[in-house]
Amino acid sequence: MPKPLQYMGQVLFYLLFVVVIGFFSTSPTYTHLPPDETLIKLSFSHAGQHVGACRERTPEELAKLPQYQRKVTTVCPRERSDVVVELELDGKKLYHVVMKPAGFSRSGNSNIYRRIPVKAGKHTLKARLKDHDGDDYNYVRDETVNLVAGRIMVIEFKAETGGFIFKNHAS
Amino acid sequence: MTATKQKRSMVRRAQFALEGALNMVFGNGLNPLYYLGALGFFFFWVVVISGAYIYAFYKTGIELSYPSVEYLTNEQWYFGGVMRSLHRYASDALVLVMALHLLREYIMGRYRGARWFAWFTGVLLIWLIFAAGINGYWMVWDKLAQFSTVSTVEWLDWLPIFSEPMSRSFVTQEVLNDRFFSLISFAHVTLPLFILFLLWVHIMRISKPVVNPSRGLATWMLLALLVLSLVEPALSQGPADMALEPTNLNIDWFYLFIYPLLDAWTAGQVWALVIGSTLLLAVLPWLPPRFKNIPVPEIHLNDCSGCRLCVADCPYEAVIMRPRSDGMHFAEEAVVIADRCVSCGICAGACPSSNPFRGEEDYMSGIEMPSITMSGLRTSLRSDLEKLSGRVRLLVVGCDNAVSVLQLQSASVAAISLPCIAMLPPSFIEFALHEHHVDGVLISGCRAGDCYHRLGVLWTEQRLAGKREPRLRSRAERKRIKLFWSVSLDIKELESELESFRASLTSNQTLTKVREER
Ligand code: HEM
Repeated sequence: MPKPLQYMGQVLFYLLFVVVIGFFSTSPTYTHLPPDETLIKLSFSHAGQHVGACRERTPEELAKLPQYQRKVTTVCPRERSDVVVELELDGKKLYHVVMKPAGFSRSGNSNIYRRIPVKAGKHTLKARLKDHDGDDYNYVRDETVNLVAGRIMVIEFKAETGGFIFKNHAS
Repeated sequence: MTATKQKRSMVRRAQFALEGALNMVFGNGLNPLYYLGALGFFFFWVVVISGAYIYAFYKTGIELSYPSVEYLTNEQWYFGGVMRSLHRYASDALVLVMALHLLREYIMGRYRGARWFAWFTGVLLIWLIFAAGINGYWMVWDKLAQFSTVSTVEWLDWLPIFSEPMSRSFVTQEVLNDRFFSLISFAHVTLPLFILFLLWVHIMRISKPVVNPSRGLATWMLLALLVLSLVEPALSQGPADMALEPTNLNIDWFYLFIYPLLDAWTAGQVWALVIGSTLLLAVLPWLPPRFKNIPVPEIHLNDCSGCRLCVADCPYEAVIMRPRSDGMHFAEEAVVIADRCVSCGICAGACPSSNPFRGEEDYMSGIEMPSITMSGLRTSLRSDLEKLSGRVRLLVVGCDNAVSVLQLQSASVAAISLPCIAMLPPSFIEFALHEHHVDGVLISGCRAGDCYHRLGVLWTEQRLAGKREPRLRSRAERKRIKLFWSVSLDIKELESELESFRASLTSNQTLTKVREER
């Protein structure tokens, strides 16, 4: 092959090389979230109530224990109940989850992290939670929210401050 | 031929065609496809050096990282920005050449038998290189980093390891922790160290590994990346904000292709794909069809003088020396490490005792391939050469991994094929020319710069040029020997080479002179 042709071939090769690298290092653009959508992130950790009630130890039981353990006279079951959460958007069920307590003896917290894509716009959002064996949801929050596209709304839960917290939605 | 074999040979033909074209453009010495591993090393070093510079300006912290990278890109665009771009583009080039290197070794079938070691460590390298690259994108802490970090953590959370999801630590700006930044910044220095270590292991069983591309190739590659860095500088995509979900992203598809997949598939499916393909790749050297290894060479101590020529020529460090065990007065003897041996036979070709002029009928060389002994080779060569007729009688010696020379056999042409061309001791050429009066010897094999057994072509050239032991003696006239490294799997090329060789011998005065002397 004549020299000039060889040089041209080489230039072409290097050009192709950098074009491939330059192109695929940024393109094609990826749409992670459609422009009219946003996310609700449900994220919290909460310990469900104990399953069954605490009871007093009988005198016989106490007698069997070593001296230093006898001060505590009530025994409580370690197992906790599932935490159930339900989300409703504009009256329709959006998400339902039964969260098991962590640990082998089911004595730990129930943890959740979930991303739920939704359409942006004004919605009524209702969140319910129950953390005991019974049927009634003991925490409820119902609100009209304005979900801006791309702005994540985080739903947290803190029993100490009264339950659900809706964070970050434009009001 | 089975369907898979046929497919494979088609793929090999395509590979040869492409590489042949690049050979025409670059010459074998600069052909990038012959130096994919070496280019991998080269890009790795470019990444390390450019990375060291930008790391000096990098600040670790939620509020600090992004501005520190922006400073380099904008305020110091003429150097820091260029270094950042080089760092990114050389990393991309590393993935590209790594993928091509893997593909090439696979197509050539160079991953079975003793070669499993390089293959297996290569698979581990893929993980480390991706880990380091993805980690690098997190360092910027822009929207792309946020997207990739959150997706990764969500992906990891799928594994039943953590009782509290790690993703909870990335939900809002407030819960984000500076320790995460210390971790990734530490990992970004540590991972390359692991890569370097593994690269060293990767080529541990390869003798004289080519870890540097030729200077020309390296210079042009670097210049090409520099031009790209100036024309298309690497940019960030706006600071991360945990309250805002990234929408449109410019993804580096070399490193981050897994993330769109994580959006489309479930975490479990992506785990299955990633673990599954890693496992598949890792066990590939042992999958059927069973690898038919030619029995490895044996040492015959009676004929081993401990000269070390076989050690020097072995491409896979499979022959070592140890103190003499048989009481002979030599200091050392050769030992074959079967696990490392690819049965190329180059050691037998290097052994000074592999000499066809020896008197005994069934002699043994110091190191011999049990399936193709040197005395056996001499016997079959003798009988083939004695049958030759015609005005110009030729011997063609080729290798099993290039175009098959056996197709050239005719009344006036004898042909033998060896596992590697360097298995042929140069004295056999002299033997054919002087004991059997062939008029010419054509030596063929894999393409220069691309020997299947790595060093066979180079050693053959050096032995015949008298630059390496065992040397071809000067009484074997060079005019009657032709070396031809075929560029394709096409027999036509070799045929026409043989014909032009024949023609040159016919017109050659030496031929007539030699004939007269005889
Ligand atoms: C960036 C990563 C890598 C670099 C820098 C690299 C570099 C190298 C180098 C320099 C050699 C020696 C070449 C020679 O002198 O003949 C080599 C051999 C080899 N590599 Fe890699 N490699 C990398 C990744 C991989 C991967 C991912 C695989 C496959 C899974 C792989 C498979 C092999 C094999 C099978 C050989 C041995 C070939 C033979 O036995 O002749 N490498 N590599």
